[in-house]
Amino acid sequence: MLKLINGRNWYAACTFRRGIVISSEKFCLKAEASSEEDSSGADNPYFADFQKFHIEASPAQKLVLSIGSAITTLLNPGRPDALGVFGETSGHSALQKMHEKMMASSDGQLILTDKPRINSSTVDLNWLKKLPPNTLGRTYIKFLEENNVTPDSRTPVQFVDDIELAFVMQRYREIHDLVHTVLGMPTNMLGEVAVKWVEGIQTGLPMCVSGAIFGPLRLKPKQRQRYLNSYLPWALSTAANAEFVLNIYFEKRWEQPMGELLKELKIEPFVET
Amino acid sequence: MASLIRRTLLLRTFCRAKRFTCHSQYVHQESAGAERMSNSSKESNETHFGFQTVKESEKADKVYEVFEEVAQSYDKMNDAMSFGIHRLWKDIFVDRLAPSKPCKILDVAGGTGDIAFRIAKYLRNSDGGGITVCDINQAMLDVGRKRASELGFSGMEWLQGNAECLSSIADNTYDSYTIAFGIRNVTHIDKALKEAYRVLKPGGQFMCLEFSQVQNENLRWLYDQYSFQAIPVMGQLIAGQWKAYQYLVESIRQFPNQEEFAGMIERAGFAFVRHENLTFGVVAIHCGHKL
Repeated sequence: MLKLINGRNWYAACTFRRGIVISSEKFCLKAEASSEEDSSGADNPYFADFQKFHIEASPAQKLVLSIGSAITTLLNPGRPDALGVFGETSGHSALQKMHEKMMASSDGQLILTDKPRINSSTVDLNWLKKLPPNTLGRTYIKFLEENNVTPDSRTPVQFVDDIELAFVMQRYREIHDLVHTVLGMPTNMLGEVAVKWVEGIQTGLPMCVSGAIFGPLRLKPKQRQRYLNSYLPWALSTAANAEFVLNIYFEKRWEQPMGELLKELKIEPFVET
Repeated sequence: MASLIRRTLLLRTFCRAKRFTCHSQYVHQESAGAERMSNSSKESNETHFGFQTVKESEKADKVYEVFEEVAQSYDKMNDAMSFGIHRLWKDIFVDRLAPSKPCKILDVAGGTGDIAFRIAKYLRNSDGGGITVCDINQAMLDVGRKRASELGFSGMEWLQGNAECLSSIADNTYDSYTIAFGIRNVTHIDKALKEAYRVLKPGGQFMCLEFSQVQNENLRWLYDQYSFQAIPVMGQLIAGQWKAYQYLVESIRQFPNQEEFAGMIERAGFAFVRHENLTFGVVAIHCGHKL
């Protein structure tokens, strides 16, 4: 599959799909070079899902989608797909930076090579339940049960054209609950906003940053006091000091005790003042 | 003798309706589009699903999935995509149908009930009796049934069935058969037309409202741009479904144009087939009679 590098190549890909091939020498050479070096073919573990869900959209369409989905999310927070569309269409440069950060770390590189997925068929939830308390796996299961969420509720990535960046986006979505777990934040408004701050500062995704800025507007006065006094300062310092969340290979750390894990990731447990 | 009288009466009514385009010259003319479609499907058992090629056996399931996904936001999307004009199209369609009591009307692919409710209102029928709504998709019927109970149409019948094979309906049952924005989703349009002919009483009327070909080339370009650029985006924003609405606009391009479709209706046995364009040909009303 040809790597789509910029907007013009969207047109070439569309016409190619319809049976008309339009190409220039420059495009052919670039396509040849990229097909040699990357693994965007069928041997890429993420390839099947990517192919299934990917939608070609022109830059103009992506612009309308990002504005429209931002408005939809603000007006109707019960539309998780709108938030996902906003994230995908507005996050291109942030995704590139996230990819670079992952390539700069050994664990991150491993994640990009293995392309692990987190859902109920790849993660053995029964085995995690049997782990000793205070391990990452056991704490994660406890989090899922207490907050009534499943690892299967993440919408697939549709509007990111590059398969590697699409995987970064998908990975970001799938580890969201694990980020909640290691930060010790519940899924109420306060916890979500704190996680959004950490994710927003570390990833730079406009979706996280705007969630972090607009989310607190919905807080009631008492909650706002707690947010300003405890949650916000803690979230900001954690974001600055902690390891980049996408570089954490959670699947290899299920049995690690939480205390040791938090020390390694430089995360201070939250204490409400 | 009786059929001769029927023919004469219908011819007189037809002549008064000058707005329609007559298709009697197409009775013996093979239309290229329909022939192409039937030839390719005979050879490879494949058909089109929008711009994709799929096995005939799979198309019905794929269409079912599309409508199951869009059922909840179907009406909202119709308003958004057509800027509310679909309501006018449907009003004109029921006006052309001009049902009169007593009558038995079958509305096929009637899903959320738009046509059925309009017919009931036209008949000043307080409870919708005599109208049967048939759809292959249970999710669409559920939405329609809910709307009917909100509007007080308790006498309507809701039937799940396939337009290609209305096995639960006997021959010569209905006075009118209507199908609005449904026939282009059927895998074998000729079968649906033959079934329509079968279930209608002699003298019965077949009416179809469907997207068709825009006659003017410049307007057609504008319409294509709107369809392919804007509609999937609207589908994603309003209904969270890009691919379903991409299928919808592609299926419009795959459907035969006004004349080809009229030829198919005639080959199913209908007489006095005529069509009327609405909105420059964006939609067309086709009408035929069983003698």
